[in-house]
Amino acid sequence: MSETFWQRLDKAARSITPFGLTLFLVILSVVPMRIPGYAEIAPVLALMAVYHWAIYRPNLMPLWSIFVLGVLQDLLSGVPLGLYIIVFLTVYGVVLSQRRFFAGRSFLLYWLGFGIMAFCAAVESWFLASLWHLSLLNFETVFFQFLLSMGIFPFVAWVFLRWQQALLGPDQDVS
Amino acid sequence: MEQRPSALLRLAAPLRSLVQRFMYLGLIAAAFGLMLVGKIDALLIDRMRAEVTNAVAPIVTALSQPLATISEAIVAVKSLSTIREENIRLAQENANLKQWLLVARKLQAENIALQTLLSSVDDRKPRYITARVVAGTRGAFANSFVINAGSGDNVRKGQAVLNDQGFVGRVSVVAKHSARVLLANDINSRVPIIIENTRTRGILAGSNTNRPKLIHLPPNARVTTSERVVTSGHGGVFPPGLPVGVVASINDGGVEVKLFADYHKMEFVRVADYGLSGFVDTSAVTPSAGGKAEKRR
Repeated sequence: MSETFWQRLDKAARSITPFGLTLFLVILSVVPMRIPGYAEIAPVLALMAVYHWAIYRPNLMPLWSIFVLGVLQDLLSGVPLGLYIIVFLTVYGVVLSQRRFFAGRSFLLYWLGFGIMAFCAAVESWFLASLWHLSLLNFETVFFQFLLSMGIFPFVAWVFLRWQQALLGPDQDVS
Repeated sequence: MEQRPSALLRLAAPLRSLVQRFMYLGLIAAAFGLMLVGKIDALLIDRMRAEVTNAVAPIVTALSQPLATISEAIVAVKSLSTIREENIRLAQENANLKQWLLVARKLQAENIALQTLLSSVDDRKPRYITARVVAGTRGAFANSFVINAGSGDNVRKGQAVLNDQGFVGRVSVVAKHSARVLLANDINSRVPIIIENTRTRGILAGSNTNRPKLIHLPPNARVTTSERVVTSGHGGVFPPGLPVGVVASINDGGVEVKLFADYHKMEFVRVADYGLSGFVDTSAVTPSAGGKAEKRR
């Protein structure tokens, strides 16, 4: 296939957008919202992106990019370094291995899948953070954070689905 | 190339998945390694955190501007409906405060007179640095803010951070143009306090919830709800007398304090430079650590 330079540039620019969007969500999650009660249970927005792209375009979100996003999330949000790297990598790994179950099904199932993954991620992050601080942290906050993530997910997912339809074209890497 | 997989590619596919699996496990191990490094050398991670935050701070500031405008607009619309009640309440409060002003003036004059009589040593007057809160994380894992003033603006590690309501936290990590503030309810936060009326000493320990707890109170201490808690100044980290909060509840779990500072509304904070060195002088912990720090730069 002979592509011109501009076509290749265009393709490259499109294919880094999943990473770019996720990076944007990492940064957005530390912006103070000033809504009463929101900050304590602000969802980990990047987790939604990791889940989504692991299902639909894992080839555009390689492992190392998940690692980089985790590092940034940890450094910016002030949690122990390594916490969200491990959480993101686990979610990515599990979703990738169960991709057949998630991909191409109904939106409801896709949402349910996120619910399961987000809950596991919540428990995992709570466990890791408790281990780090050597004291049991408040699980209630983590649980409400999970519930809010579930509520926000359809909106973020809708944006992602539209984005990939408009910019990324059909998936070439269906396994 | 995708249309006709060659023999080489067919051979390479399992190899690739093997490499991927190794990479996956390797990255997870690396993440655990980083966690361990953070536990061993917290200063190194702090410096990394500071630099990354410093780099991202302008983007976050730009993003926070429209969000602040939106939330201000929402508040403005909301307050319109209660504007009459608010006006009446403020008028009453104003009348109340005017009386307090008279009392305060009288007490201030008396205080100055008594202090000159005793020739007591004055507490140092602080220099304030006002900064905007540009980023923040709250929740079960961490409670901190990022402010847009750093070492270039004379912000130093350990300084007390206040707002108009009271004590907010302390500066934990400083970069050139940004700093991280550890909030008083963070699990790593310990603030020496004193209960204003009974002069009972204690430590305010954060627990990553909205209500930090009082620990190390004397065994026979009598604490009642709605008593004011202020910084004690012990240890020389924070100046004495900064309002922290009120005792909210006393139960078997301990004494919980409701902080005066309202974290979700916070837009600007003041970093108070009292010229206190603090009891942990990180530059003098070990000479070797200092040497290493120099080499890293």
